[in-house]
Amino acid sequence: MTLTCLRALLSHWRRNPVQLFAFLAGLALATALWSGVQAINAEARASYDAAASTLGEGQYDLLLPRQGDRIAQEVYVALRRSGWLVSPVIDGRLGDVRLVGIDPVTSPGGIAGSMSNEGQPALVFGQANRLIANAQTAGRLGDLAEVTINADIAPGVAIGDIGVVQNLLGRDDLTRLMVLPDQPGLQPDLGEVAPQLRLQLSDQMADVAQLTDSFHLNLTAFGLLSFAVGLFIVHSTIGLAFEQRRGMIRTLRSLGVPLRRIVVLITIEMLTLALIGAGLGIVLGYLIAALLLPDVAATLRGLYGAQISGTLELRPVWWASGLALALLGTAAALSSRIWQIARMPLLASVRPRAWVMATSSRFRLQTIAALALLGMAGVLALVGEGLVVGFALLGCLLIGAALTLPAVAERVLTFFQDRSTTPRWSWFWADTRQQLPGLSLAMMALLLAVSANIGVSTMVSSFRLTFVGFLDQRLAPELFIQVENAEESARLEAYLLQSTTDLLPLLSTQTEIAGQPARLFGARVGPTYRENWVFLDAVPKAWDVVEGGRGAVVNEQLARRADLWIGDNIQITSDLTLPIAAVVGDYGNPQGQVILSEALFGNLHPDLYPTRFGVRTEDPAQLRQDIVAALDIPDSAITNQAAIKALSLEIFERTFTVTSALNVLTLGVAGFAILMSLLTLADLRLPQLAPVWALGLTRRSLGQLELLRAVILAALVFVCAIPLGLALAWVLLTIVNVEAFGWQLPMFLFPAEYIQLGLYALLAAFLAASWPALRLMRTPPSALLKVFANER
Amino acid sequence: MVLEFESVQKSFRDSEGDVPVLRGISFELAEGETLALTGESGSGKSTILHIASGLEAPGSGAVRVSGIDMTDLDDSGRAALRRSEIALVFQQFNLIPSLTVAANISFQAALAGRVDEAHIQQLVGALGLADQMKKYPEALSGGQQQRVAIARALAARPKLLLADEPTGNLDEGTAEDVLDEMLKLVAQTGAALMMVTHSPKIAARMDRQLTLKNGLVA
Repeated sequence: MTLTCLRALLSHWRRNPVQLFAFLAGLALATALWSGVQAINAEARASYDAAASTLGEGQYDLLLPRQGDRIAQEVYVALRRSGWLVSPVIDGRLGDVRLVGIDPVTSPGGIAGSMSNEGQPALVFGQANRLIANAQTAGRLGDLAEVTINADIAPGVAIGDIGVVQNLLGRDDLTRLMVLPDQPGLQPDLGEVAPQLRLQLSDQMADVAQLTDSFHLNLTAFGLLSFAVGLFIVHSTIGLAFEQRRGMIRTLRSLGVPLRRIVVLITIEMLTLALIGAGLGIVLGYLIAALLLPDVAATLRGLYGAQISGTLELRPVWWASGLALALLGTAAALSSRIWQIARMPLLASVRPRAWVMATSSRFRLQTIAALALLGMAGVLALVGEGLVVGFALLGCLLIGAALTLPAVAERVLTFFQDRSTTPRWSWFWADTRQQLPGLSLAMMALLLAVSANIGVSTMVSSFRLTFVGFLDQRLAPELFIQVENAEESARLEAYLLQSTTDLLPLLSTQTEIAGQPARLFGARVGPTYRENWVFLDAVPKAWDVVEGGRGAVVNEQLARRADLWIGDNIQITSDLTLPIAAVVGDYGNPQGQVILSEALFGNLHPDLYPTRFGVRTEDPAQLRQDIVAALDIPDSAITNQAAIKALSLEIFERTFTVTSALNVLTLGVAGFAILMSLLTLADLRLPQLAPVWALGLTRRSLGQLELLRAVILAALVFVCAIPLGLALAWVLLTIVNVEAFGWQLPMFLFPAEYIQLGLYALLAAFLAASWPALRLMRTPPSALLKVFANER
Repeated sequence: MVLEFESVQKSFRDSEGDVPVLRGISFELAEGETLALTGESGSGKSTILHIASGLEAPGSGAVRVSGIDMTDLDDSGRAALRRSEIALVFQQFNLIPSLTVAANISFQAALAGRVDEAHIQQLVGALGLADQMKKYPEALSGGQQQRVAIARALAARPKLLLADEPTGNLDEGTAEDVLDEMLKLVAQTGAALMMVTHSPKIAARMDRQLTLKNGLVA
């Protein structure tokens, strides 16, 4: 019995391949986008974990140079002799590989241990020319050194004995010293033994996983949105399949198949199909992830300095989550249908019913739920804080608006129907209203996709405008010059003072301000700062206040995180507290920054000298040549302003490549949802169209009206999507970005982009409706006549 | 007896409270016997059919099919009894649109686990369906679809055939033909037939008639 019954159930899909395709493709697309994004996130997180476990990053307190990025070996020896239990590390780049040298004898057990190979320590002290890296990095090293392959080593990193790495890098100094956890407690103060070093506690370090959390959360939110759009297709297909199988299910029951057996078989059938769809989706997701991973890797490297593997692994965390979500989504869509089967009167008429005809009570319930969600969104916008609340607000806003759409569309169509003067148009508007319940899920999917596109493109374009303006402010000097030591710094400054219009020496040190890691700068306030920097908020004559040592400029990230603003005081050191004179936007930088006058900085850190100079000049090329010739400073230490701008913009564009790709994919899925809804509804449309055909409208006219209907509904969706998309952009810019990145961006409007997007949406609807319309135009008259013969 | 109704009562609840539909119906149907169930709309004909098929449970009284009391059975038990002993023919045909004519005809026999190819071929021949076996129901006329439904019902060799206005959707000529073929085949298989009909002409062709009025045998 079970087999016979299952065969009957499955025969429905064989006879309705388009519906089967819609179900599988909807689920596959939903799962693909979700699991693709999760695959990228999982790969990145695995890379962060590998970096933390193999390099000890973020696990140990560090001793770092107060100036520059190198520590002399003698300082390390002095510290060890005085009782400090520290372990040396050298860190440098050789081509595109990061070389890290550690001392296997003194390094913490966790690090050396994690690199052991089959019980043998992989690093032996002084072992000539041997490095450890994963296979991908080993390939990049070539014949440079013997490489032991270890898959657990962070991507792009090769680790070796400190002597080996020093040789390879041509250096004899160190980059940092790891402070071991169990210090004897009797060692002298750091300031006595090594005043040139500072202690950075591990919990003050900007953890790369933490820094990138917001980026991954953004990706996850997009993945979830795409998944939701895909689920609209699944929900609508399951609804239609059940509606069309009502008769079959009644017949099965009347022929003696128990209700429980039918429920179990349908559940197994749908979940098996869901597994197939999700499986296809996971394969597709893998391909999408592999395609996007290089851009994501570039983004993370550019924005956060995080290295992630360029190759994708099939990790259970993403494929299992995709599978589970697909099954849960299907089960949710299935449960209401199963409930309907259980309550279905058995021997009532089984004439095909207009599928999922919305009753007024269903509409009412939906509208009440929508208003509740929109109300909740309003409350969250007013009082909510935090990234999770930001995304909850987005969820309430999007779902609430989507649920309102059918009611809005109903009113608009009624408006047109009431004003139509010819019978044809009167029928057209009435018929379009009748289609709403069947098309509403596809319309909601389109609304979500288009508004997400408007919202995200508004955010990205606003960000781009702001970022370009920000680069123009910050990169006003035509040249930037990096120096190696104090003597070189002094010589350069003396030389430049004679030949430039404005010289901007940059003093800086890493410190902790307001409980957060921050960079403290000393600036020589001059015309460049005064004319170019635009503050988000400032006291009058802010630069005068800073120059006089009576105030500080802080960047927006630090101000927001520390909940400080103009007029508040900020504690720079234990002895120095200054009022905030200005808050400045600082995009693309995760860290806090505080800017003091050069003089005040010099008082705090008399031993520090400028390591970087910004130079205003009318002939940068000539000055560059002169500096190289006169001061023996290598050309590579001088950077052109244009080159930095180009690099920054390139990083910016790559950052949003992923977002744009997901945008396009989401719109594609929505277009597919319309196509599938129209195709699957086409057969049910015949009883509605046959009488109009009989009354004198040709099949061609009917087909054209079907096309027009799809375009009109898409236009209606687009009009609704504009305010929703702008609301979405507002939430992204003023709530999510502030929480995720620490900065707030001004919102600009881009009408041309929206019109272009609207045209795409209309085109998608037109293309989606073309096939069903063409089928209708070619429907043989005999098929339409059958409607009247009651033989369907 | 194939079917026994003993003081069967049934009420339905609506907004105004309980509405009695059957007020104590008793009758019997022997093997090979045919019975027409007639009466005005709302008199309880379809309810008797639903209770006899086990699709609905009686409010009180006893209903026995082949000696098995339906009131002792749960939904699964009634479904099992329906598979093995009962077959239904509906006005709307109720074929499975995604199965071919051949698969539709053997469907209930397969559910009951007793497919008899020779018997099916005999039914197919008798009903003139031999050329239609590979087609889907949508390609058939109404008369042909009802013939398929009759073949499906009789292929399982039921002891009790319940028919709910089986010719109600057919034109007069086709209805006559289908009824002739059905009665002939029912007689051949020895099944008992209970048919709901509004047509006095059709009712007159049955062995007995049971006319209902206000939930009682008139």
